[in-house]
Amino acid sequence: MKMSRRVLPAFAAGALALSLAACAESERGSGGSTLTFGAAGAPSTFDPFYATDGETFRISRQIFDTLIDSKPGTSEIEPALAESWTPDESGTTWTFKLRDDVTFTDGEKFDGEAVCANLERMFDQNPDGQTAGEYWGSFFGGFKNDAEKDPSLYKSCEAPDATTAVITIDHATASFPTMLSQTSFSMQSPKAMEEGDANGIKAAGEGFTFPENAKNPVGTGAFKLEKYDEANGTVTLARNDDYWGELAKSEKLVFRIIPDESTRRQELEAGSINGYDLPNPVDWNSLEEKGNQVEIREPFNILYMGLNLKDKKFHDLKVRQAIYHALNREELVKSQLPEGATVATQFMPDTVAGYNSDLEPYAYDPEKSKQLLKEAGAENLEMTFAFPTEVSRPYMPDPATIYDALRANLEAVGITVKAVSAPWTAYTDNVSAGKYDAHILGWTGDFNDPYNFLGSFFTEPVANDFKTSNISWGKKLAADLQAADAIVDEDERAKRYEEINGQIMTEYLPGFPISHSPPAIVVDGDTEGLIPSPLTAEDFGPVSVGGE
Amino acid sequence: MLRFVVRRLLQMAGVMIVLSFLIFAWLRSLPGGPVSAILGERATPATRAALEKAFGLDRPIWEQYLLFLDRIAHGNFGASIRVQAGTDALEIFLDRLPGTIELTIFALTIAISIGIPLGYLAARRRATILDNVSIIGSLVGVAVPVFFLAFLLKYVFAVQLGWLPVSGRQTPTIDATHITNFFILDGLITGEYDAAWDAFLHLILPGLALASIPFAIIFRITRASVLEVLDEDYVRTAEAKGLTSRVIRGRHVLRNAMLPVTTVIGLQVGSLLAGAVLTERVFSFRGVGDALAVASTERDYAVLQMLIIAAAAVYVIVNLLVDIAYAIIDPRVRTR
Repeated sequence: MKMSRRVLPAFAAGALALSLAACAESERGSGGSTLTFGAAGAPSTFDPFYATDGETFRISRQIFDTLIDSKPGTSEIEPALAESWTPDESGTTWTFKLRDDVTFTDGEKFDGEAVCANLERMFDQNPDGQTAGEYWGSFFGGFKNDAEKDPSLYKSCEAPDATTAVITIDHATASFPTMLSQTSFSMQSPKAMEEGDANGIKAAGEGFTFPENAKNPVGTGAFKLEKYDEANGTVTLARNDDYWGELAKSEKLVFRIIPDESTRRQELEAGSINGYDLPNPVDWNSLEEKGNQVEIREPFNILYMGLNLKDKKFHDLKVRQAIYHALNREELVKSQLPEGATVATQFMPDTVAGYNSDLEPYAYDPEKSKQLLKEAGAENLEMTFAFPTEVSRPYMPDPATIYDALRANLEAVGITVKAVSAPWTAYTDNVSAGKYDAHILGWTGDFNDPYNFLGSFFTEPVANDFKTSNISWGKKLAADLQAADAIVDEDERAKRYEEINGQIMTEYLPGFPISHSPPAIVVDGDTEGLIPSPLTAEDFGPVSVGGE
Repeated sequence: MLRFVVRRLLQMAGVMIVLSFLIFAWLRSLPGGPVSAILGERATPATRAALEKAFGLDRPIWEQYLLFLDRIAHGNFGASIRVQAGTDALEIFLDRLPGTIELTIFALTIAISIGIPLGYLAARRRATILDNVSIIGSLVGVAVPVFFLAFLLKYVFAVQLGWLPVSGRQTPTIDATHITNFFILDGLITGEYDAAWDAFLHLILPGLALASIPFAIIFRITRASVLEVLDEDYVRTAEAKGLTSRVIRGRHVLRNAMLPVTTVIGLQVGSLLAGAVLTERVFSFRGVGDALAVASTERDYAVLQMLIIAAAAVYVIVNLLVDIAYAIIDPRVRTR
């Protein structure tokens, strides 16, 4: 009792002081336009070389530039830090002409030496860095100090003058130089990398600890990192006023980490963020009705039902055809997938060079399916068929509903399906280990290259998810794909891929392409200039808020 | 008293060691792991093996546990992979704790300052409208799932009325200076009063959502306990002695009725931490609960281990504090 009499006035005074202070103008934080974007997760690092996830790449893309970039709104490439690139006859020595008006945000000049310093740095990783440098591993192969064991596509880099870099690779491949458009291969300031011990990554327990460089990124991009406030979950970027391209429209670009999807939506509705990525398709209409702009990207992905060909029961082509004819994909796309989704006829979307436009979708025909099963003597076909939980991917917003529709289709033709599921964090593990007869999975393309799709699925026949080494044509398909990738002439290469796509779908049928789904990004009604990218590689520089 | 505290502390150490091993083994027996979480559909057997080797996940569990103990002995609790990648788990816990403490204190203050007076009044005015309405209110508080309540609060007060922020701990553009990571305290120390006020506004909705269950429980226990004490012989005796009703209420009724309430408040602190997982997630409130939610979906082992063990430690310590408080309120506990 006595206590409260003493404390109460103190509280009242405190509250008064607070409310008075609230009226006072803040002297920190400059005014100017701020674009605020709701991120689903925290960036895992500010060094894109060690990154694998979209949230990290989104931020890195604003801070850094690559030699080659994707043309806004397409999966085509265009010059960025490099103005042009020409191969020699063998397709292994590439001469890059560089812009000469670019400086890093620490004042260092961007030149040929800087390009080579970056490539050499990526190539020369310690064992932990080799594990963390996931994108280098998948595109270039090996690293400097294990080159005998795992040959690398990268050979050397030379800078004969300030505006030239000559990169030599091991063999011609269609994915070079396009792969240099990957955010992982961004150009970082050589001085900052040296001062920040860029390659000093170390495994510590079940994770990696990063050197200073990964906390203080220095690039040539339209924005630079101002502050990562971990306690408040915000990343603040400031406009780079010396940017070589068109200056960013907003002075500040803030990423707020909002893990819960419905909260992101409420933040947008309350006007406290200007946009967020991957709005749930069921919200698209109501978001638009409230005056927001739901930008539907061109689908650049594939959802497929994969088979484990290790099991002999799938070795008869008729069995695989029977399964495909049983699937009512038209209905699935119409009822379960977002607006703009299409039925797939092959393992890549139609925007990729080498897409075979002559292929017709396998018709939904349960009778034919039953007939084929009978001919193959597989009327009593049984299979375990799996789907992932706790996950949403651009190509499958809700795996469970997609799965249920496919399973009902299979059961309708008399196939006994044993349903299994696993959390996403275990699912891909189980798929690679061949624990399921059939599974649903997909792929989002990194750039416009057929090998980026087909090569990911069917090369490495022993280890791929389809286990194609167990079937007569598995090794041939892998070899054909690798040979096609080495064709230097673009038209010839595309033609070869068209043939292979035809073969895959008619002669081989290792699995069943289901659909392509467009992921969307949403911004409020006053935000202008966002160009949705099929590669989800949006630049925020040209984006302005509040109709400014 | 001292012996009592020392004995309890020793018990606590034992509990923690056993617990750490159980958690360690249990986490690794769950389906899925950090490697798949990192690689997703990009995983190939080679990249998977390389990551497992780098993280030591290819070794037998007991060996992993010994390495884990060895690391801890060197002050290294393991680096996070997703929550705050590259940061040591202990640092993450310490970074996030102030936020959760701020939120928990706020929620508990609401729950206690409304729950106890209301419970007392309801008991004194038993079977009146006040009593019935409060009981219904407390039932709703317990029954409505926190995430739904949170959604509703955000929708009404933030989206529709625009009075309060939807989520987060502070408006990013306010550009506040953080010293202790207790944002309100930071604002007061640095004189950035607008930042402190902003942080306070961000506490209100998650605080209400988090307070709903403890409020209901504290209210009901207080009411029941006061009713029970009012029927006790010593209250009748006190009345018969002719003591003023103020003395009876303060010294005899309230003091005795507070014993079970104290226990419940202690237990509620533990469950507030659990409630914080949901509340913090739906309010994007960067506290321990939010870190725990992210760590569990992404299988961030280092952070999960750290946070679960820390949460258990908090629970055990709070229980100890409750026992001590008990001993202070009720001298009979001390002599036993």
